[in-house]
Amino acid sequence: MKILKTSLIFAGACFAHIALYAQAPGTDWINYQGNVEGFRFSPLTQVTKANAGRLQPLWSYQIDHTDKFEASPIVRGGIMYISEPPSDVTALETRSGKVLWKYRRVYPDNIPTCCGRVNRGVAILGDRIYIGTLDAHLVALDASSGNVVWDVEVADFHKGYTSTAAPMIVKDKVIIGSAGGEFGVRGYLAAYDAKTGKQAWRFWTVPNAGEPGSETWTGQSLKTGSATTWVTGSYDPALNTLYWGTGNPGPDWKGTSRLGDNLYSDSLIALDADTGKLKWHFQFTPHDVLDLDATQTPILVDANWKGKPRKLLLFANRNCFYYVLDRTTGEYLLGKEYVRQTWAEPNLSDKGKATWRPNTQPTEQGTVVYPNSPGATNYQAPAYSPNTKLHYVMTRDEGGVFYSGDDTYKAGSWFLAGRFVSKPGEEATGGVKAMDPMTGTPKWTFETGPSWSGVLATGGGLVFTAMADGDMIALDDSTGKLLWRYPMGGKVNADPISYIGADGKQQIAIASGHAIFAFGLRDTPPIN
Amino acid sequence: MRLPATFRRLILLTIACASVTFAQQGERLYKFHCAFCHGKGDDGMAANLVSPKLPHAPSDAALINIIKNGIPGSDMPASLGMTDAEIRQVATYVRALGRSAPQKVPGDATKGQAAFDKSCRSCHMAKGNGGVMGPDLSDIGLRRSPTNLKNSIVEPDANIVAGWSGVTVKTKDGKSVRGIKLNEDMLTIHVRTADGKIQSIAKSQTASIERAGAKSTMPSFKQLPAADLDNVIAYLFTLRGE
Ligand code: HEC
Ligand code: HEC
Repeated sequence: MKILKTSLIFAGACFAHIALYAQAPGTDWINYQGNVEGFRFSPLTQVTKANAGRLQPLWSYQIDHTDKFEASPIVRGGIMYISEPPSDVTALETRSGKVLWKYRRVYPDNIPTCCGRVNRGVAILGDRIYIGTLDAHLVALDASSGNVVWDVEVADFHKGYTSTAAPMIVKDKVIIGSAGGEFGVRGYLAAYDAKTGKQAWRFWTVPNAGEPGSETWTGQSLKTGSATTWVTGSYDPALNTLYWGTGNPGPDWKGTSRLGDNLYSDSLIALDADTGKLKWHFQFTPHDVLDLDATQTPILVDANWKGKPRKLLLFANRNCFYYVLDRTTGEYLLGKEYVRQTWAEPNLSDKGKATWRPNTQPTEQGTVVYPNSPGATNYQAPAYSPNTKLHYVMTRDEGGVFYSGDDTYKAGSWFLAGRFVSKPGEEATGGVKAMDPMTGTPKWTFETGPSWSGVLATGGGLVFTAMADGDMIALDDSTGKLLWRYPMGGKVNADPISYIGADGKQQIAIASGHAIFAFGLRDTPPIN
Repeated sequence: MRLPATFRRLILLTIACASVTFAQQGERLYKFHCAFCHGKGDDGMAANLVSPKLPHAPSDAALINIIKNGIPGSDMPASLGMTDAEIRQVATYVRALGRSAPQKVPGDATKGQAAFDKSCRSCHMAKGNGGVMGPDLSDIGLRRSPTNLKNSIVEPDANIVAGWSGVTVKTKDGKSVRGIKLNEDMLTIHVRTADGKIQSIAKSQTASIERAGAKSTMPSFKQLPAADLDNVIAYLFTLRGE
């Protein structure tokens, strides 16, 4: 919270000529998820259920490349910082949408990537912007010019490592995740000193032989165990604990060379933010053979749980189960199917462990399983409103056919040992579910089609997201009623944010197609 | 199968001639298409090519690509009138340039760094440290030749780097904002001031905009003693984006 205050003061000084607005909390959007607790909630109330119907596009900005645009922007003091694919950075002024500076990186050829040359955003601290790059470096840029302040290699891209997640700021450190889970890398979460770029700690998500957890792997398989950390996690300042989801074990679709639970793949890891030491872990999908990355965003809320105040962690998982954990101890409190699935027995054990159903392993002939590889939800950011106490999740319902294949490992090459296709003759559906964390059931669902958009909740009582075909929508946060819709004309693979623009008014922004769109209320013709 | 000795000699000669012509072809093409901007490689007004490492061309494929398509958003043009084979010949020549010995510059880079810290760093970043009122010079040794650097320092007005025009904006409420113009349209002007802050000023709020125009906001360092100038250039020439 300290970070927020200093940045507001900075922002105030920065915009002497335009800062006519009150510096209320929530003015800026300085974390990937808005706050470090993972809410993706804007307390702003200028746009309400009553006036949302009058929202209109204020400006848009086209990016330089045609790769998938997955960034969630950061906004401070009226300036928006976005990452553009592959991992370039652009600063935009939010009244005019004009470019203030660009950082354009030169990339080595042939960087192995699983799912496009993508990046999901930057982090900000003081006068520095931080970006993880496609060639697995961490770069600090000067926020006023985009000049490189330092640039360090975090991992060797030749081995299949990339950095696609937005880094996270915790005190004086930059936390950066790993990607490359389809190339048999060994996953990590790392912390770097924000000033100097010196590594502070690194937690390997797959243990070394002999370390605790190594007994959950056979042979040499833990050397290629993956379990990457490719979506930004959450942080509890009071407990000084980082909560981060981990990805699939490698190889994706064949588990015979890695018998056992394969820790810490598909898990929630709770780390001491100063040292990177593991406090506890909870594995959602033991011995995964369906690519069920548990890289969704943990949401940290304090609530009464069965009459007792508790620090909770909410987690809507790709594996089709909705979980509630005690985030102090890691104790399992609730786990319930929230999207159709056939891989696990519907009842989890009293410790929350899933049991695989028979005949759900990929085979050479193909095995039909629900969900399909994209899962119940994926990297679409969820939202939590402290007003409704609902957890909004973009979901998808689809079956898949999973095939197993060759599981030979070669550094820097695909390490999938199989493939998948959507279940023939069936169309994927999807929608936003407003989950009640107390029961693990949705209060309402709004059908959007199988959309890759994240979700934003606001103090004005709205939920923003995009439909599968790229229409931006606003819903009533307590009923799911559609209040506004704007066709952006490009599919969304990114997440909405809200902030006070350089004109002093609330804006909502999202990446669609190859552009950023900013929306707001405007009564007069667009003169200034 | 054994060939008669003369015949073998003839084949060797042909191969030798072919490779000589290949390199010569590259040089000829380079002189025609590139020397106008890149000079002999390290004395032109554009990027210094006498370097084993070219930031825009980490691989040969990347080199061929930029010769063919240029560098978007810069003055490096796409090739005009060269076949793919000719482009490969030029690329081979550029790589040969890269292997040749770097130009010797007279000054002392260590002393030059001290002079840079004193007179230049307040405006220019180098290796992550410095001001933002002038371009980042961390890779200037690759981007400019020594002669060219000298001109930039002694006569900044002669060749102003694109995107670095100075403005002074006076607002209706009596404030004055002096800095580098980041962009401008009929509604707004964005200015970066010396403290690194970015000001967004609505045109409706401005009383006047004074433009530096053909004058650089960088002062001339004509008065710098020749030895100091050499030292600063020697230091700048070591800045290669590492
Ligand atoms: C009109 C001037 C101009 C011409 C003609 C020109 N270049 Fe360039 N070239 C530039 C400029 C300016 C840059 C620097 C671009 C930048 O980095 O912004 C550049 C950059 C380069 C680079 C990248 C250097 C690095 O540091 O990575 C190479 C290689 C190059 N040029 C080769 C050539 C070749 C070969 C030719 C001829 C076929 C050529 N250029 C013709 C202006 C020119
Ligand atoms: C008051 C700020 C200021 C100071 C002090 C200053 N410069 Fe500059 N410099 C600029 C600006 C602005 C530009 C870009 C406009 C131009 O080309 O004149 C520039 C351009 C340059 C360039 C060309 C950069 C490029 O990208 O091609 C070089 C080289 C350079 N300066 C070197 C120096 C050196 C060496 C010193 C100290 C002896 C120095 N400058 C001091 C502001 C400054």
